[in-house]
Amino acid sequence: MLKKLTDFVRGSQVWKSIFRHGPPTTARNRAMVMLANVFLHLHPVRARASGIRLSFTWCMGGLTFFLFLVETVTGILLMFYYRPVAASAFNDIVALREDVPLGIMREIHRWGAHAMVITVWLHMFRVFMTGSYKPPREFNWGIGVVLLVVTLLLSFTGYLLPWDQLAIWAVTVGTNMARAHPAIGHEGPGSNLLVIDDIQFVTSGDDIRYALLGGRFVGEGTLLRFYVLHCIAVPVIAMVLMAVHFWRVRKDGGISGPL
Amino acid sequence: MSSDPQQGPAPAVGPREVPAWPSPWPYDYAVEGKARTPAQKVERLVPPETRPPVTTTRRGLFGAAAAGWGAFAAAGGVGSLAVVRFLFPNVSFEPPQQFHTKAVGEFGAESVDETYKETHGVWMVNTGGKLMAISTVCTHLGCTPNWQAGDQKFKCPCHGSGYYINGVNFEGPTPRPLERFHLFVDPVTNQVVVDKTRKCQVEQGTCEVRDFYIPV
Repeated sequence: MLKKLTDFVRGSQVWKSIFRHGPPTTARNRAMVMLANVFLHLHPVRARASGIRLSFTWCMGGLTFFLFLVETVTGILLMFYYRPVAASAFNDIVALREDVPLGIMREIHRWGAHAMVITVWLHMFRVFMTGSYKPPREFNWGIGVVLLVVTLLLSFTGYLLPWDQLAIWAVTVGTNMARAHPAIGHEGPGSNLLVIDDIQFVTSGDDIRYALLGGRFVGEGTLLRFYVLHCIAVPVIAMVLMAVHFWRVRKDGGISGPL
Repeated sequence: MSSDPQQGPAPAVGPREVPAWPSPWPYDYAVEGKARTPAQKVERLVPPETRPPVTTTRRGLFGAAAAGWGAFAAAGGVGSLAVVRFLFPNVSFEPPQQFHTKAVGEFGAESVDETYKETHGVWMVNTGGKLMAISTVCTHLGCTPNWQAGDQKFKCPCHGSGYYINGVNFEGPTPRPLERFHLFVDPVTNQVVVDKTRKCQVEQGTCEVRDFYIPV
């Protein structure tokens, strides 16, 4: 009975139009499952039994990806209520807790972000301790380091959005680093060389910090810029780099073996 | 359906040389025997005598490639510059960097005037001998300290840095005194004008010029 049903489904044109290969009962078809699917083809066709041992990988890369998905889903839901305008941003954050069903949605997003930073560090630690950064995987280590920075940038840009005193001063302090950027920060080394007579070319009104904040201090423009960076720009960069990261695991010979 | 059952099948139009399906694309079926390689197919489909003569020169190809890639790179460069310029708005709604305050005599001796703290980030301080415009940005990490009149000191709530009334640090993690802005008396209105585009640093000795204080 069940066999007749599965045969009918597998024999239907709908099924065959989606899956261009037979059931994964042979080695060839099992490989085809991985190769013919746009999502699965980022993965290795085969994995070593040791490579999926929990005590070897800690599943920290997988957990990081899972947390990224959690952040994406909860983040999109939060965007339905949050307005990145100085007059309403803080009230919307309070409303997300008090006036919206499932008031823990923002807490999930927040704790997920903290957890993601931790799992990224632990993933890096595991890769280091198992020597998985060595050739031929050294390029993927580089991609991973950039992804670590992207994760921290996601946390940093999201930090401003509650628009309370903690957020504003934390971002004020954090972005003060941009003042000291060589040449393009107005207090950095080299910026005082870009002067003709007494006209300064790098000032507090046209340096890299101004471009980041949209002003000389953290204000209305900064809130909108950080919102766009947090919700669109940085996640898109993270997604592209993650695709490369996973695909390189496959291309560099799958998950590394135990030492 | 377009065919009418009353009329019967459409009349035959004679033997067809090219079937409608598989496609009429000539690679799909052999003209004479079986072509073994793609080169043989091309040879058979396009006889050498009918091929167009080669007119492209190596130099012409490189020239066209250089022009094409050059235009592509130039467009990319202009686009990148446009994106950078887009980050800087033409109009800023922040308070002007230079603003008028009050006449010199209106700042009482040994007092801190906090009128311009919220709007311009400046304390007007009369230390008893000098009138100076002190920046409200903590030199530790950039928070805004509070003036505590009882203790006669500026105290930063973030990490506890403390400054005397003249802006010189004496406690907490900050490494240097508060910065000071250029100020002068407007000869027309007789008001003190603060110019935030020029500032001095006490620890570098740049504040000892008349540009950065007014004797009172």
